[in-house]
Amino acid sequence: MNNVDLRLEEGVVHALVGPNGAGKTTLFNLLTGFFAPSSGRLLLFGEDATGLRPDQIAKRGVARSFQITSLFEHLRVIEHVVLALQARTDHGYRFWQADASLRRFDARARELLAEVGLEPLADRTVQHLPYGQKRALELALALAIEPRLLLLDEPTAGMSAADVQRTIELVARVRAGRTVVLVEHNMGVVGELAANVVVLQQGAIIAEGRYADVRHDPAVVAAYLGQVDA
Amino acid sequence: MSLRRGQVAFAAAAIAVALGLPRVLYPVLALDILVWGLFAMSIDLLLGFGGLLSFGHAAYWGVAGYAAGLVARDAGMPFPFAALAGVVASAALAFPLGYLSLRRTGIYFAMVTLAFAQMLFYVANEARPLTGGENGLQGIPRTLGGLALGPSLSFYYAALPLVVVGYLAAYRIVHSPFGHVLVSIRDNEARARALGYDTARYKLVAFVLSAALAGLAGSIEALSQRFVSLDFLHWSTSGQVVLMAVLGGLGTLWGGILGAAVFLLLRDFLSTSDVLRDAPGVVTGLVFIVIVLGLRRGLWPTLRNGAGRLLPRSRRAALEPQVPEPEIR
Repeated sequence: MNNVDLRLEEGVVHALVGPNGAGKTTLFNLLTGFFAPSSGRLLLFGEDATGLRPDQIAKRGVARSFQITSLFEHLRVIEHVVLALQARTDHGYRFWQADASLRRFDARARELLAEVGLEPLADRTVQHLPYGQKRALELALALAIEPRLLLLDEPTAGMSAADVQRTIELVARVRAGRTVVLVEHNMGVVGELAANVVVLQQGAIIAEGRYADVRHDPAVVAAYLGQVDA
Repeated sequence: MSLRRGQVAFAAAAIAVALGLPRVLYPVLALDILVWGLFAMSIDLLLGFGGLLSFGHAAYWGVAGYAAGLVARDAGMPFPFAALAGVVASAALAFPLGYLSLRRTGIYFAMVTLAFAQMLFYVANEARPLTGGENGLQGIPRTLGGLALGPSLSFYYAALPLVVVGYLAAYRIVHSPFGHVLVSIRDNEARARALGYDTARYKLVAFVLSAALAGLAGSIEALSQRFVSLDFLHWSTSGQVVLMAVLGGLGTLWGGILGAAVFLLLRDFLSTSDVLRDAPGVVTGLVFIVIVLGLRRGLWPTLRNGAGRLLPRSRRAALEPQVPEPEIR
Protein backbone atom coordinates (compact mmCIF):
# COMPACT_ATOMS: atom_id res chain seq x y z
CA MET A 1 0.00 0.00 0.00
CA ASN A 2 1.25 3.40 -0.88
CA ASN A 3 0.22 6.81 0.36
CA VAL A 4 -3.33 5.77 1.07
CA ASP A 5 -5.03 8.62 2.87
CA LEU A 6 -8.49 7.39 3.64
CA ARG A 7 -11.03 9.01 5.92
CA LEU A 8 -14.09 6.94 6.58
CA GLU A 9 -17.02 9.13 7.45
CA GLU A 10 -18.94 7.73 10.40
CA GLY A 11 -22.39 6.28 9.97
CA VAL A 12 -21.97 5.70 6.25
CA VAL A 13 -21.59 2.62 4.06
CA HIS A 14 -18.37 2.76 2.10
CA ALA A 15 -17.47 0.39 -0.72
CA LEU A 16 -13.90 -0.51 -1.52
CA VAL A 17 -13.54 -1.62 -5.12
CA GLY A 18 -10.72 -2.27 -7.51
CA PRO A 19 -9.24 -5.01 -9.64
CA ASN A 20 -7.69 -8.13 -8.14
CA GLY A 21 -4.44 -7.35 -6.39
CA ALA A 22 -5.34 -3.71 -5.88
CA GLY A 23 -4.80 -4.04 -2.13
CA LYS A 24 -8.35 -4.18 -0.80
CA THR A 25 -7.77 -7.10 1.55
CA THR A 26 -4.35 -5.72 2.47
CA LEU A 27 -6.06 -2.52 3.52
CA PHE A 28 -8.44 -4.56 5.68
CA ASN A 29 -5.49 -6.34 7.26
CA LEU A 30 -3.90 -2.98 8.03
CA LEU A 31 -7.13 -1.62 9.49
CA THR A 32 -7.55 -4.64 11.77
CA GLY A 33 -3.97 -4.99 12.97
CA PHE A 34 -3.14 -8.20 11.13
CA PHE A 35 -0.48 -6.25 9.25
CA ALA A 36 1.45 -3.39 10.83
CA PRO A 37 2.03 -0.36 8.59
CA SER A 38 5.70 0.22 7.78
CA SER A 39 4.93 3.93 7.95
CA GLY A 40 1.89 6.06 8.54
CA ARG A 41 -0.81 6.09 11.19
CA LEU A 42 -4.15 4.47 11.86
CA LEU A 43 -6.77 6.48 13.72
CA LEU A 44 -9.87 4.72 15.00
CA PHE A 45 -12.75 6.90 16.14
CA GLY A 46 -10.27 9.73 16.61
CA GLU A 47 -7.77 7.73 18.68
CA ASP A 48 -4.41 6.44 17.56
CA ALA A 49 -4.57 2.70 16.92
CA THR A 50 -1.31 2.25 15.01
CA GLY A 51 0.46 -0.99 15.92
CA LEU A 52 -2.35 -2.44 18.03
CA ARG A 53 -2.94 -6.20 17.88
CA PRO A 54 -6.03 -7.60 16.10
CA ASP A 55 -7.73 -8.49 19.37
CA GLN A 56 -7.18 -4.99 20.74
CA ILE A 57 -8.65 -3.45 17.62
CA ALA A 58 -11.62 -5.82 17.82
CA LYS A 59 -12.18 -4.73 21.41
CA ARG A 60 -12.33 -1.11 20.23
CA GLY A 61 -15.33 -1.98 18.13
CA VAL A 62 -13.99 -3.10 14.78
CA ALA A 63 -15.37 -6.34 13.35
CA ARG A 64 -14.30 -7.97 10.14
CA SER A 65 -15.44 -10.85 8.05
CA PHE A 66 -12.94 -12.77 5.98
CA GLN A 67 -12.84 -13.02 2.20
CA ILE A 68 -12.22 -16.74 2.32
CA THR A 69 -14.79 -18.04 4.73
CA SER A 70 -12.96 -18.53 7.97
CA LEU A 71 -14.86 -20.51 10.56
CA PHE A 72 -14.19 -23.27 13.07
CA GLU A 73 -15.08 -26.35 11.04
CA HIS A 74 -15.94 -28.60 13.98
CA LEU A 75 -18.10 -26.19 15.95
CA ARG A 76 -21.85 -25.92 15.71
CA VAL A 77 -23.35 -22.75 14.28
CA ILE A 78 -24.52 -21.44 17.64
CA GLU A 79 -21.17 -22.21 19.26
CA HIS A 80 -19.55 -19.80 16.82
CA VAL A 81 -21.80 -16.97 17.88
CA VAL A 82 -21.41 -17.84 21.57
CA LEU A 83 -17.65 -17.70 21.11
CA ALA A 84 -17.95 -14.31 19.45
CA LEU A 85 -20.21 -12.97 22.21
CA GLN A 86 -17.89 -14.27 24.88
CA ALA A 87 -14.92 -12.52 23.25
CA ARG A 88 -16.17 -9.18 24.55
CA THR A 89 -15.89 -10.44 28.13
CA ASP A 90 -13.21 -12.12 30.21
CA HIS A 91 -15.44 -15.16 30.61
CA GLY A 92 -13.17 -17.14 28.29
CA TYR A 93 -10.41 -17.31 30.90
CA ARG A 94 -12.57 -19.29 33.30
CA PHE A 95 -10.84 -22.63 33.13
CA TRP A 96 -12.30 -23.62 36.50
CA GLN A 97 -15.91 -23.34 35.37
CA ALA A 98 -18.04 -25.91 33.57
CA ASP A 99 -18.73 -25.11 29.94
CA ALA A 100 -22.43 -25.14 30.80
CA SER A 101 -21.84 -21.55 31.90
CA LEU A 102 -21.61 -20.67 28.20
CA ARG A 103 -25.39 -21.01 28.02
CA ARG A 104 -25.73 -17.48 29.35
CA PHE A 105 -24.87 -16.35 25.81
CA ASP A 106 -27.38 -18.65 24.09
CA ALA A 107 -30.38 -16.32 24.00
CA ARG A 108 -28.47 -13.44 22.43
CA ALA A 109 -26.76 -15.86 20.04
CA ARG A 110 -30.11 -17.11 18.80
CA GLU A 111 -31.31 -13.54 18.30
CA LEU A 112 -28.29 -12.81 16.14
CA LEU A 113 -28.79 -16.02 14.17
CA ALA A 114 -32.42 -15.13 13.62
CA GLU A 115 -31.28 -11.76 12.28
CA VAL A 116 -29.20 -13.42 9.55
CA GLY A 117 -31.75 -16.17 8.93
CA LEU A 118 -29.71 -19.02 10.42
CA GLU A 119 -31.71 -19.70 13.58
CA PRO A 120 -33.16 -23.00 12.28
CA LEU A 121 -29.61 -24.26 11.66
CA ALA A 122 -28.25 -23.28 15.08
CA ASP A 123 -27.32 -26.81 16.10
CA ARG A 124 -25.63 -27.93 12.87
CA THR A 125 -21.88 -28.08 12.49
CA VAL A 126 -20.63 -25.61 9.93
CA GLN A 127 -18.66 -28.20 8.00
CA HIS A 128 -21.63 -29.16 5.83
CA LEU A 129 -23.28 -25.76 5.56
CA PRO A 130 -23.78 -24.37 2.05
CA TYR A 131 -21.52 -21.50 1.13
CA GLY A 132 -24.12 -18.76 1.30
CA GLN A 133 -25.02 -19.72 4.84
CA LYS A 134 -21.40 -19.73 5.89
CA ARG A 135 -21.18 -16.15 4.64
CA ALA A 136 -24.29 -15.30 6.65
CA LEU A 137 -22.66 -16.80 9.74
CA GLU A 138 -19.57 -14.67 9.11
CA LEU A 139 -21.87 -11.68 9.25
CA ALA A 140 -23.49 -12.87 12.49
CA LEU A 141 -20.05 -13.26 14.06
CA ALA A 142 -19.10 -9.75 13.04
CA LEU A 143 -22.34 -8.36 14.46
CA ALA A 144 -21.88 -10.27 17.72
CA ILE A 145 -19.06 -8.03 18.80
CA GLU A 146 -21.37 -4.97 18.44
CA PRO A 147 -18.98 -3.16 16.12
CA ARG A 148 -18.91 0.57 15.51
CA LEU A 149 -16.94 -0.18 12.36
CA LEU A 150 -17.92 -3.21 10.34
CA LEU A 151 -15.51 -4.45 7.67
CA LEU A 152 -17.00 -6.96 5.24
CA ASP A 153 -14.67 -8.65 2.77
CA GLU A 154 -16.75 -9.71 -0.25
CA PRO A 155 -19.88 -10.57 1.75
CA THR A 156 -21.78 -11.72 -1.34
CA ALA A 157 -19.04 -13.59 -3.21
CA GLY A 158 -20.31 -16.91 -4.46
CA MET A 159 -23.85 -16.33 -3.26
CA SER A 160 -27.01 -17.11 -5.17
CA ALA A 161 -29.08 -14.14 -6.35
CA ALA A 162 -31.58 -14.68 -3.54
CA ASP A 163 -28.85 -14.79 -0.93
CA VAL A 164 -27.28 -11.64 -2.37
CA GLN A 165 -30.60 -9.85 -2.06
CA ARG A 166 -30.95 -11.02 1.52
CA THR A 167 -27.45 -9.86 2.37
CA ILE A 168 -28.16 -6.44 0.88
CA GLU A 169 -31.25 -6.13 3.04
CA LEU A 170 -29.34 -7.32 6.07
CA VAL A 171 -26.49 -4.86 5.64
CA ALA A 172 -29.01 -2.11 5.03
CA ARG A 173 -30.64 -3.03 8.34
CA VAL A 174 -27.48 -3.27 10.45
CA ARG A 175 -25.81 -0.13 9.14
CA ALA A 176 -27.85 2.08 11.45
CA GLY A 177 -25.51 3.70 13.95
CA ARG A 178 -22.36 2.21 12.54
CA THR A 179 -19.84 2.63 9.78
CA VAL A 180 -19.63 -0.15 7.23
CA VAL A 181 -16.87 -0.84 4.72
CA LEU A 182 -17.53 -3.40 2.01
CA VAL A 183 -15.08 -4.94 -0.35
CA GLU A 184 -17.33 -5.92 -3.22
CA HIS A 185 -17.06 -6.91 -6.83
CA ASN A 186 -20.78 -7.01 -7.44
CA MET A 187 -21.52 -3.48 -8.66
CA GLY A 188 -25.23 -4.00 -8.10
CA VAL A 189 -24.53 -4.43 -4.39
CA VAL A 190 -22.21 -1.43 -4.37
CA GLY A 191 -24.75 0.74 -6.13
CA GLU A 192 -27.52 -0.20 -3.75
CA LEU A 193 -25.66 0.06 -0.48
CA ALA A 194 -22.72 2.37 -0.67
CA ALA A 195 -22.94 6.12 -0.18
CA ASN A 196 -19.24 6.45 -0.88
CA VAL A 197 -17.09 4.40 -3.23
CA VAL A 198 -13.32 4.17 -2.95
CA VAL A 199 -11.44 2.76 -5.94
CA LEU A 200 -8.06 1.19 -5.35
CA GLN A 201 -5.47 0.19 -7.88
CA GLN A 202 -1.99 -1.16 -7.19
CA GLY A 203 -2.13 -0.04 -3.60
CA ALA A 204 -3.24 3.51 -4.24
CA ILE A 205 -6.58 5.31 -4.25
CA ILE A 206 -7.40 6.39 -7.78
CA ALA A 207 -10.91 7.69 -7.23
CA GLU A 208 -13.41 8.34 -4.47
CA GLY A 209 -16.96 9.62 -4.48
CA ARG A 210 -20.56 8.70 -5.15
CA TYR A 211 -21.10 5.50 -7.16
CA ALA A 212 -22.77 7.32 -10.03
CA ASP A 213 -19.80 9.66 -10.38
CA VAL A 214 -17.00 7.16 -9.83
CA ARG A 215 -18.21 4.63 -12.37
CA HIS A 216 -17.61 7.08 -15.23
CA ASP A 217 -14.24 8.29 -13.99
CA PRO A 218 -11.72 7.68 -16.80
CA ALA A 219 -9.06 6.35 -14.38
CA VAL A 220 -11.52 3.83 -13.00
CA VAL A 221 -12.61 2.67 -16.41
CA ALA A 222 -8.98 2.23 -17.40
CA ALA A 223 -8.20 0.30 -14.22
CA TYR A 224 -11.00 -2.15 -14.85
CA LEU A 225 -10.64 -2.55 -18.57
CA GLY A 226 -6.85 -2.50 -18.55
CA GLN A 227 -4.33 -0.39 -20.34
CA VAL A 228 -2.09 -1.43 -23.15
CA ASP A 229 1.07 -0.35 -21.35
CA ALA A 230 0.00 -1.50 -17.89
CA MET B 1 -30.29 -40.15 29.78
CA SER B 2 -27.88 -42.56 28.19
CA LEU B 3 -25.06 -40.06 28.39
CA ARG B 4 -25.42 -39.78 32.17
CA ARG B 5 -25.64 -43.53 32.55
CA GLY B 6 -22.63 -43.97 30.32
CA GLN B 7 -20.67 -41.53 32.41
CA VAL B 8 -21.65 -43.21 35.67
CA ALA B 9 -20.66 -46.61 34.29
CA PHE B 10 -17.37 -45.18 33.07
CA ALA B 11 -16.64 -43.59 36.45
CA ALA B 12 -17.51 -46.80 38.32
CA ALA B 13 -15.24 -48.86 36.07
CA ALA B 14 -12.45 -46.33 36.47
CA ILE B 15 -12.71 -46.39 40.28
CA ALA B 16 -12.70 -50.20 40.33
CA VAL B 17 -9.60 -50.30 38.14
CA ALA B 18 -7.86 -47.64 40.21
CA LEU B 19 -8.52 -49.49 43.48
CA GLY B 20 -7.67 -52.92 42.12
CA LEU B 21 -4.62 -52.05 40.03
CA PRO B 22 -1.95 -52.42 42.77
CA ARG B 23 -3.31 -55.89 43.58
CA VAL B 24 -2.75 -56.99 40.01
CA LEU B 25 0.49 -55.20 39.22
CA TYR B 26 3.07 -54.31 41.80
CA PRO B 27 2.15 -50.99 43.43
CA VAL B 28 5.09 -48.93 42.18
CA LEU B 29 4.29 -49.85 38.58
CA ALA B 30 0.59 -49.23 39.14
CA LEU B 31 1.26 -45.74 40.49
CA ASP B 32 3.75 -45.14 37.69
CA ILE B 33 1.01 -45.76 35.13
CA LEU B 34 -1.41 -43.35 36.77
CA VAL B 35 1.23 -40.66 37.24
CA TRP B 36 2.67 -40.89 33.73
CA GLY B 37 -0.94 -40.90 32.54
CA LEU B 38 -1.42 -37.52 34.23
CA PHE B 39 1.83 -36.31 32.68
CA ALA B 40 0.60 -37.44 29.24
CA MET B 41 -2.67 -35.58 29.86
CA SER B 42 -0.72 -32.39 30.44
CA ILE B 43 0.78 -32.89 26.97
CA ASP B 44 -2.64 -33.63 25.51
CA LEU B 45 -4.05 -30.43 27.01
CA LEU B 46 -1.39 -28.45 25.20
CA LEU B 47 -1.01 -30.49 21.99
CA GLY B 48 -4.40 -32.13 21.51
CA PHE B 49 -6.51 -29.17 22.55
CA GLY B 50 -4.16 -26.25 21.96
CA GLY B 51 -2.18 -27.52 18.96
CA LEU B 52 1.10 -26.73 20.75
CA LEU B 53 3.81 -29.40 20.78
CA SER B 54 6.08 -28.93 23.77
CA PHE B 55 9.20 -31.00 23.55
CA GLY B 56 10.47 -29.78 26.89
CA HIS B 57 7.92 -30.89 29.44
CA ALA B 58 10.61 -32.81 31.30
CA ALA B 59 11.51 -29.37 32.69
CA TYR B 60 8.25 -29.11 34.63
CA TRP B 61 8.15 -32.78 35.62
CA GLY B 62 11.75 -32.56 36.85
CA VAL B 63 11.70 -29.18 38.57
CA ALA B 64 8.55 -30.21 40.42
CA GLY B 65 10.23 -33.49 41.38
CA TYR B 66 13.23 -31.69 42.87
CA ALA B 67 11.03 -29.08 44.59
CA ALA B 68 8.75 -31.72 46.11
CA GLY B 69 11.72 -33.83 47.16
CA LEU B 70 13.49 -30.92 48.84
CA VAL B 71 10.36 -29.74 50.64
CA ALA B 72 9.62 -33.26 51.89
CA ARG B 73 13.19 -34.00 52.93
CA ASP B 74 14.60 -30.71 54.20
CA ALA B 75 11.43 -29.05 55.46
CA GLY B 76 9.87 -32.29 56.64
CA MET B 77 6.52 -31.40 55.16
CA PRO B 78 3.73 -33.96 54.70
CA PHE B 79 3.63 -35.31 51.17
CA PRO B 80 0.58 -33.37 49.88
CA PHE B 81 2.35 -30.11 50.72
CA ALA B 82 5.48 -31.36 49.00
CA ALA B 83 3.40 -32.09 45.90
CA LEU B 84 1.83 -28.64 46.11
CA ALA B 85 5.29 -27.09 46.29
CA GLY B 86 6.18 -28.98 43.12
CA VAL B 87 3.09 -27.68 41.34
CA VAL B 88 3.84 -24.10 42.36
CA ALA B 89 7.47 -24.41 41.28
CA SER B 90 6.64 -25.77 37.83
CA ALA B 91 3.84 -23.25 37.22
CA ALA B 92 6.11 -20.39 38.29
CA LEU B 93 8.81 -21.60 35.92
CA ALA B 94 6.33 -22.03 33.08
CA PHE B 95 5.39 -18.34 33.12
CA PRO B 96 8.69 -16.95 31.79
CA LEU B 97 9.63 -20.02 29.75
CA GLY B 98 6.16 -20.27 28.20
CA TYR B 99 6.11 -16.54 27.48
CA LEU B 100 9.40 -16.79 25.62
CA SER B 101 8.69 -20.10 23.84
CA LEU B 102 5.26 -18.99 22.63
CA ARG B 103 6.81 -16.19 20.63
CA ARG B 104 7.46 -18.95 18.09
CA THR B 105 5.05 -21.45 16.58
CA GLY B 106 5.13 -24.99 15.22
CA ILE B 107 8.42 -26.80 15.12
CA TYR B 108 10.29 -23.68 16.30
CA PHE B 109 8.17 -23.59 19.44
CA ALA B 110 9.01 -27.26 20.06
CA MET B 111 12.72 -26.57 19.59
CA VAL B 112 12.71 -23.61 22.00
CA THR B 113 10.93 -25.65 24.70
CA LEU B 114 13.50 -28.40 24.19
CA ALA B 115 16.34 -25.88 24.49
CA PHE B 116 15.03 -24.52 27.80
CA ALA B 117 14.61 -28.05 29.16
CA GLN B 118 18.18 -28.89 28.18
CA MET B 119 19.41 -25.75 29.94
CA LEU B 120 17.67 -26.87 33.12
CA PHE B 121 19.19 -30.34 32.78
CA TYR B 122 22.70 -28.90 32.84
CA VAL B 123 21.87 -26.41 35.58
CA ALA B 124 20.58 -29.27 37.75
CA ASN B 125 23.71 -31.27 36.98
CA GLU B 126 25.89 -28.40 38.23
CA ALA B 127 23.78 -27.46 41.23
CA ARG B 128 25.05 -30.42 43.26
CA PRO B 129 24.44 -28.99 46.75
CA LEU B 130 20.76 -28.69 45.89
CA THR B 131 20.07 -31.55 43.49
CA GLY B 132 22.83 -34.04 44.25
CA GLY B 133 24.00 -33.78 40.65
CA GLU B 134 24.55 -37.18 39.10
CA ASN B 135 23.85 -38.92 42.39
CA GLY B 136 20.36 -37.53 42.43
CA LEU B 137 18.26 -36.30 45.32
CA GLN B 138 18.10 -39.22 47.70
CA GLY B 139 16.23 -40.28 50.80
CA ILE B 140 12.95 -38.46 50.18
CA PRO B 141 10.54 -39.30 53.00
CA ARG B 142 6.78 -39.38 52.58
CA THR B 143 4.69 -38.70 55.61
CA LEU B 144 1.18 -37.61 56.39
CA GLY B 145 0.35 -36.35 59.88
CA GLY B 146 2.95 -38.47 61.64
CA LEU B 147 2.16 -41.53 59.54
CA ALA B 148 5.14 -42.82 57.62
CA LEU B 149 3.82 -44.16 54.36
CA GLY B 150 6.64 -46.58 53.87
CA PRO B 151 5.13 -49.51 51.98
CA SER B 152 4.48 -48.70 48.38
CA LEU B 153 0.97 -50.14 48.62
CA SER B 154 0.08 -47.62 51.36
CA PHE B 155 1.57 -44.79 49.35
CA TYR B 156 -0.38 -45.87 46.28
CA TYR B 157 -3.67 -45.36 48.09
CA ALA B 158 -2.44 -42.19 49.79
CA ALA B 159 -1.39 -40.66 46.48
CA LEU B 160 -4.40 -41.82 44.47
CA PRO B 161 -6.65 -38.89 45.52
CA LEU B 162 -3.97 -36.41 44.41
CA VAL B 163 -3.68 -38.05 41.01
CA VAL B 164 -7.46 -38.06 40.65
CA VAL B 165 -7.53 -34.35 41.51
CA GLY B 166 -5.10 -33.88 38.62
CA TYR B 167 -7.34 -35.84 36.23
CA LEU B 168 -10.42 -33.89 37.27
CA ALA B 169 -8.56 -30.60 36.91
CA ALA B 170 -7.53 -31.55 33.37
CA TYR B 171 -11.11 -32.56 32.55
CA ARG B 172 -12.47 -29.29 33.95
CA ILE B 173 -9.97 -27.19 32.00
CA VAL B 174 -10.81 -28.92 28.72
CA HIS B 175 -14.57 -28.70 29.29
CA SER B 176 -14.64 -25.08 30.39
CA PRO B 177 -15.17 -21.77 28.59
CA PHE B 178 -11.39 -21.58 28.47
CA GLY B 179 -11.19 -25.02 26.87
CA HIS B 180 -13.56 -23.92 24.11
CA VAL B 181 -11.47 -20.86 23.35
CA LEU B 182 -8.33 -22.99 23.32
CA VAL B 183 -9.79 -25.39 20.75
CA SER B 184 -10.93 -22.49 18.59
CA ILE B 185 -7.43 -21.02 18.67
CA ARG B 186 -6.07 -24.41 17.62
CA ASP B 187 -8.52 -24.60 14.72
CA ASN B 188 -8.34 -21.02 13.46
CA GLU B 189 -6.17 -18.60 15.35
CA ALA B 190 -6.64 -15.63 13.01
CA ARG B 191 -10.39 -15.92 13.40
CA ALA B 192 -10.16 -16.04 17.18
CA ARG B 193 -8.01 -12.90 17.16
CA ALA B 194 -10.43 -11.08 14.88
CA LEU B 195 -13.21 -11.87 17.36
CA GLY B 196 -11.18 -10.12 20.05
CA TYR B 197 -9.39 -12.96 21.83
CA ASP B 198 -5.87 -12.20 23.00
CA THR B 199 -4.67 -15.56 21.72
CA ALA B 200 -1.10 -15.15 22.98
CA ARG B 201 -2.37 -14.77 26.52
CA TYR B 202 -4.72 -17.74 26.21
CA LYS B 203 -1.87 -19.91 24.98
CA LEU B 204 0.30 -18.79 27.89
CA VAL B 205 -2.44 -19.69 30.39
CA ALA B 206 -2.75 -23.11 28.71
CA PHE B 207 1.00 -23.57 28.90
CA VAL B 208 1.13 -22.73 32.61
CA LEU B 209 -1.84 -24.98 33.41
CA SER B 210 -0.24 -27.81 31.46
CA ALA B 211 3.05 -27.29 33.30
CA ALA B 212 1.22 -27.32 36.63
CA LEU B 213 -0.34 -30.69 35.80
CA ALA B 214 3.03 -32.02 34.66
CA GLY B 215 4.40 -30.70 37.94
CA LEU B 216 1.79 -32.50 40.01
CA ALA B 217 2.69 -35.72 38.19
CA GLY B 218 6.43 -35.16 38.64
CA SER B 219 6.03 -34.43 42.36
CA ILE B 220 4.11 -37.62 42.99
CA GLU B 221 6.61 -39.59 40.93
CA ALA B 222 9.48 -38.22 43.04
CA LEU B 223 7.69 -39.14 46.27
CA SER B 224 6.83 -42.57 44.90
CA GLN B 225 10.43 -43.30 43.85
CA ARG B 226 11.81 -41.51 46.98
CA PHE B 227 14.52 -40.37 44.64
CA VAL B 228 14.95 -37.75 41.93
CA SER B 229 17.60 -38.40 39.32
CA LEU B 230 18.76 -36.27 36.43
CA ASP B 231 16.66 -38.56 34.23
CA PHE B 232 13.66 -36.54 35.36
CA LEU B 233 15.01 -33.62 33.32
CA HIS B 234 16.45 -35.63 30.45
CA TRP B 235 15.16 -34.90 26.95
CA SER B 236 14.11 -38.53 26.53
CA THR B 237 11.56 -37.96 29.30
CA SER B 238 10.00 -35.20 27.19
CA GLY B 239 9.93 -37.53 24.21
CA GLN B 240 8.49 -40.44 26.16
CA VAL B 241 5.52 -38.46 27.45
CA VAL B 242 4.68 -37.09 24.00
CA LEU B 243 4.81 -40.68 22.71
CA MET B 244 2.40 -41.80 25.44
CA ALA B 245 -0.02 -39.00 24.63
CA VAL B 246 0.07 -39.81 20.91
CA LEU B 247 -0.32 -43.56 21.52
CA GLY B 248 -3.35 -42.95 23.71
CA GLY B 249 -4.91 -40.55 21.23
CA LEU B 250 -4.61 -36.76 21.06
CA GLY B 251 -7.60 -34.68 22.05
CA THR B 252 -9.03 -37.51 24.15
CA LEU B 253 -7.53 -36.66 27.54
CA TRP B 254 -8.14 -40.14 29.05
CA GLY B 255 -6.09 -41.68 26.25
CA GLY B 256 -2.96 -40.50 28.06
CA ILE B 257 -3.48 -43.09 30.80
CA LEU B 258 -3.84 -45.84 28.20
CA GLY B 259 -0.73 -44.69 26.38
CA ALA B 260 1.21 -44.65 29.64
CA ALA B 261 -0.08 -48.10 30.56
CA VAL B 262 0.93 -49.65 27.23
CA PHE B 263 4.34 -48.01 27.31
CA LEU B 264 5.18 -48.92 30.90
CA LEU B 265 3.74 -52.44 30.82
CA LEU B 266 5.67 -53.17 27.67
CA ARG B 267 8.87 -51.85 29.20
CA ASP B 268 8.27 -53.86 32.36
CA PHE B 269 7.55 -57.01 30.37
CA LEU B 270 10.68 -56.60 28.24
CA SER B 271 12.96 -55.99 31.22
CA THR B 272 11.86 -59.29 32.78
CA SER B 273 11.79 -61.31 29.56
CA ASP B 274 14.73 -63.65 28.93
CA VAL B 275 14.59 -63.53 25.17
CA LEU B 276 13.77 -59.91 24.43
CA ARG B 277 15.65 -58.28 27.29
CA ASP B 278 18.63 -57.37 25.16
CA ALA B 279 16.73 -55.49 22.49
CA PRO B 280 14.00 -53.48 24.25
CA GLY B 281 14.37 -50.54 21.87
CA VAL B 282 13.74 -52.64 18.79
CA VAL B 283 10.65 -54.28 20.26
CA THR B 284 9.09 -51.12 21.68
CA GLY B 285 9.82 -49.29 18.44
CA LEU B 286 8.11 -52.00 16.40
CA VAL B 287 5.08 -52.12 18.67
CA PHE B 288 4.64 -48.34 18.49
CA ILE B 289 4.99 -48.30 14.72
CA VAL B 290 2.29 -50.94 14.47
CA ILE B 291 -0.02 -49.05 16.83
CA VAL B 292 0.48 -45.71 15.11
CA LEU B 293 0.01 -47.19 11.63
CA GLY B 294 -2.89 -49.45 12.59
CA LEU B 295 -4.78 -47.13 14.91
CA ARG B 296 -4.07 -43.73 13.53
CA ARG B 297 -6.12 -41.81 16.02
CA GLY B 298 -4.66 -43.67 18.98
CA LEU B 299 -5.77 -46.32 21.43
CA TRP B 300 -8.57 -44.46 23.17
CA PRO B 301 -10.77 -43.67 20.13
CA THR B 302 -10.29 -47.24 18.90
CA LEU B 303 -11.37 -48.74 22.19
CA ARG B 304 -14.27 -46.35 22.50
CA ASN B 305 -15.52 -47.22 19.04
CA GLY B 306 -15.08 -50.91 19.83
CA ALA B 307 -17.16 -50.52 22.99
CA GLY B 308 -19.69 -48.54 20.97
CA ARG B 309 -20.39 -51.54 18.74
CA LEU B 310 -21.62 -53.42 21.80
CA LEU B 311 -24.22 -50.75 22.50
CA PRO B 312 -27.54 -50.40 20.70
CA ARG B 313 -27.26 -47.98 17.82
CA SER B 314 -29.50 -45.42 19.50
CA ARG B 315 -27.07 -44.98 22.36
CA ARG B 316 -23.85 -44.71 20.41
CA ALA B 317 -24.11 -40.95 20.14
CA ALA B 318 -23.19 -40.72 23.83
CA LEU B 319 -19.75 -42.01 22.92
CA GLU B 320 -19.04 -39.42 20.29
CA PRO B 321 -16.09 -37.23 21.22
CA GLN B 322 -17.23 -33.97 22.79
CA VAL B 323 -14.25 -32.19 21.42
CA PRO B 324 -13.08 -33.16 17.94
CA GLU B 325 -9.70 -34.68 17.54
CA PRO B 326 -7.04 -32.40 16.17
CA GLU B 327 -4.99 -32.50 13.04
CA ILE B 328 -1.34 -31.84 13.59
CA ARG B 329 0.05 -29.56 10.97
